[in-house]
Amino acid sequence: MKMKNLLIATVRSLSKNKMRTFLTMLGIIIGVASVIAMLAIGQGSKQSIQAQISTLGTNVLMIWPQASSTGGVRMEAGSSQKMTLEDVTAISDRCPAVAYVTPQVRTSGQLVNGNMNWRTSVFGVYPNYFEIRNLRLSSGSLFSMNDDRSATKVCVIGQTVVTNLFGVNADPIGSFIRINKIPFKIIGITEKKGQNAFGQDQDDMVIAPFSTVQKRMMAITHIQSMLASAKTESLIPTASQEITEVLKAKRNLGPSEDPDFTIRTQTDIANTATATSGILTILLATIASISLLVGGIGIMNIMLVSVTERTREIGIRMSVGARGRDVLLQFLFEALLISLLGGFIGVTLGVLVSQLIANILSWPVTITIQSILMSFIFSSAIGIFFGWYPARKAASLNPIDALRYE
Amino acid sequence: MHRRCKEVEAVAGEDIDMNKAIISVKALVKIYKMGDVEVHALRGVNTDIMKDDFVAIMGKSGSGKSTFMNIIGCLDVPTRGQYLLDGVDVSSLTKDQLANLRNHKIGFVFQSFNLLSRTSALENVELPLMYNKKITSREMRERSLNALEAVGLADRAHHFPNQLSGGEQQRVAIARSLVNNPVVILADEPTGNLDTRTSLEVMGIFQKLNQQGITIVIVTHEADIAAYTKRNISFRDGRIIKAIEVDKPRNAAEELALMPVIVEEDDL
Ligand SMILES: Nc1ncnc2c1ncn2[C@@H]1O[C@H](COP(=O)(O)OP(=O)(O)O)[C@@H](O)[C@H]1O
Ligand SMILES: [Mg+2]
Repeated sequence: MKMKNLLIATVRSLSKNKMRTFLTMLGIIIGVASVIAMLAIGQGSKQSIQAQISTLGTNVLMIWPQASSTGGVRMEAGSSQKMTLEDVTAISDRCPAVAYVTPQVRTSGQLVNGNMNWRTSVFGVYPNYFEIRNLRLSSGSLFSMNDDRSATKVCVIGQTVVTNLFGVNADPIGSFIRINKIPFKIIGITEKKGQNAFGQDQDDMVIAPFSTVQKRMMAITHIQSMLASAKTESLIPTASQEITEVLKAKRNLGPSEDPDFTIRTQTDIANTATATSGILTILLATIASISLLVGGIGIMNIMLVSVTERTREIGIRMSVGARGRDVLLQFLFEALLISLLGGFIGVTLGVLVSQLIANILSWPVTITIQSILMSFIFSSAIGIFFGWYPARKAASLNPIDALRYE
Repeated sequence: MHRRCKEVEAVAGEDIDMNKAIISVKALVKIYKMGDVEVHALRGVNTDIMKDDFVAIMGKSGSGKSTFMNIIGCLDVPTRGQYLLDGVDVSSLTKDQLANLRNHKIGFVFQSFNLLSRTSALENVELPLMYNKKITSREMRERSLNALEAVGLADRAHHFPNQLSGGEQQRVAIARSLVNNPVVILADEPTGNLDTRTSLEVMGIFQKLNQQGITIVIVTHEADIAAYTKRNISFRDGRIIKAIEVDKPRNAAEELALMPVIVEEDDL
C-alpha cells in the first residue's frame, strides 16, 4: 500500500467514526491532563516550601537547652542546664566553622502607640541576628553591640507592626512606642518577608538588643536559645559537631554522654518539610495514576467494543486485496494519530488547568517535562496497544473468518 | 509484483487461448473442525472453468457452494486438493501473495454486500485500488467512476450505503469487484437479498461484463437466475453431481426493457 493511500485510509477511518475517535481521545486527554495538573501541584508546593525554608536564613543552626526527645526519654525540665552568655562566647571563640552566633530571648509584648494597640513577639538578639537570618531593613538603621551593652531602649519592627500601630504606609522611624509600658524608640523597619513555611507572619515581630529584652523586659539572667550560622552550607554538620563539643565540655559531659541541649540545622528542617511535601506529591501522583488508568481502561473498552465492527472491516479490506501488514499499519496509524492528538490536547488542557489552579487558588504550580512525557507516553502506549492488538488478531485471520466474525 | 500485473493484463486481453482454464480444481476437500466434530463441506471437487465462461453454481443450502466459492476466491484455504488460478498453484502462495491475487485477479461479490459503512459508494469502489501500488490518485478516481457508470450508479457516487437500496448496494459491490480489472468475478448469491426486478438488473450487469471478457461464477439456488448464465454446476453434499451447458441463455437486458414500468416505481 502506498504511504499516501495509507494516510488517506487512516484519516477517512478516523473521521468516519467521530464518536469512537473522540471517546478514545477523551481517555488520553483525561489521563494526560490530570497527571500534568496533579504533578504540577505537588511539585509546586514542594518548591514553594523549599523557597520558604530558605527564608529562615543562611546555613542556620538553632540551639536550645533541652535534650532532644528523639531516640530516648525526654529529660525532666529541671535536669537541663540553662544557657548563658558564656556559652555564646565559647561558641564564637572556639568553633571555627561558625560564622555568627547570637543569644536569643523572646517574650510577648503589648505594644501601644497613642490609642493603637498590638500584641506581638519581642525578640532580644545581637545585631548579627540579621546576618544569620538574612534579614534586611527597608528603612532606618540597626542597633549596635554598644546598644546591647548599654541595654538601649531601641527596636526594629516588622511591616505588620507598622501597619497596626501607625497605619498603612506610615513612616514611624524615630517615633516612640511603649512595649509593656516601657518606651522604645523605633530605629528601623525590616523588609517584608511574608509568611514562613508554617504559615506564620514573619513581619509581625519586634527585634530589640538582647540585653534590653533580657534585663529590662524579662528580668532574667539566662538565655533561652541561640542562633548560629555556619560559614558555608557544607560546614553545617561541622559547625553542629563543634558546638556540641564546646557545650558538652562546658557542661562536663563526656563524649559518650547524651547532651542536654538540642541543635537543629536548616538542613534538618528542609529535609522534614521536603519529606512532607514528598508525601503530598506521592498522594497526588497516585490520584493522577488512577485517572491515567481510568482513561486507559476507557480507551481499552472502546477499542475492544469496536472489535466486531473493525474485524469485519478488516475482512472487507483483506477480501479486496489488503495484506495483513497494510491493515495493521493503518490501525497503528489511526491509534498513533489519536494518541498524538489526544496527548497534545491533554498536555494543553493540563497546563491550562494548572495555570487556573495557580491563579484562582493561588497555589504554586510547577509543570515538569517529566510529567508531560510520562503521561503522554503512557496514554499513547495504551492507545496504540489497544488499537493495534485487535487489529493484529484480525489481520492474522483468513479474510472469510474476519468477515464472519461475531 | 510488477510482472504479475502484466500477467493480469495479458489474461484480460483478447489474444488468450479460449480453452485455457481460469479456474482448475482437483480433488478439492474442505473439512471444518469444530471441536471434535468434523464437517465435510467439500468431499473432492473436480472442475475447470474456462476463460469467458459464465457459470452458475447450484445446489441446496449446505451443499458446499459458499465453501467452494470462498476457496476459489482465495478468501479461505482448502484442507486438501489442488487449485490452479490462471495457471498458478494457489496452495504454494504466501498470505501476502494471496492478498495480491485477490487484489489483481479476483473480484468478489457477497450476498450481504459487505460495503464499508459510513463510506461513500465511490470510496467503497476505490477500496481495491487503494491496495494497488501502481495506480495514481487520478486513475483511482477515474476508474472508480467508470466502474460505477458501468453498473448505472454514476449519480450515486457520493451516497452512503445506508442511503442506497439493496439492489444499488449490490451494484456498488459489483463495481468494486470489477474496478481492478479482475480475471474472474465470483458472486455468492448476489441476488439472494434482492427482488425479481433488481435481480434481473444485476444479472444484466453480469451478462454485459461477461460479454466484455470477464469470466463470471455466481452461486444461486434459483433456476430462474441460473438461466441467464452459460453453464450450470450442481452441488450436493460437497460434491459436483451435474454440470450442464445452458441451451439458450436468457437475456436480462432485453427482458428488463419489456418489464412494465409500474414495477420500477415499486422498486424506487
Ligand atoms: N465456518 C464454518 N464452520 C463450520 N462449518 C461450516 C462453516 N461454514 C460452512 N460450514 C458447514 O459446511 C457445510 C457447507 O456450507 P456452505 O458452503 O455454506 O453451503 P451452501 O453455501 O451451499 O449453503 C454446511 O454443512 C455448513 O454448516
Ligand atoms: Mg452459501
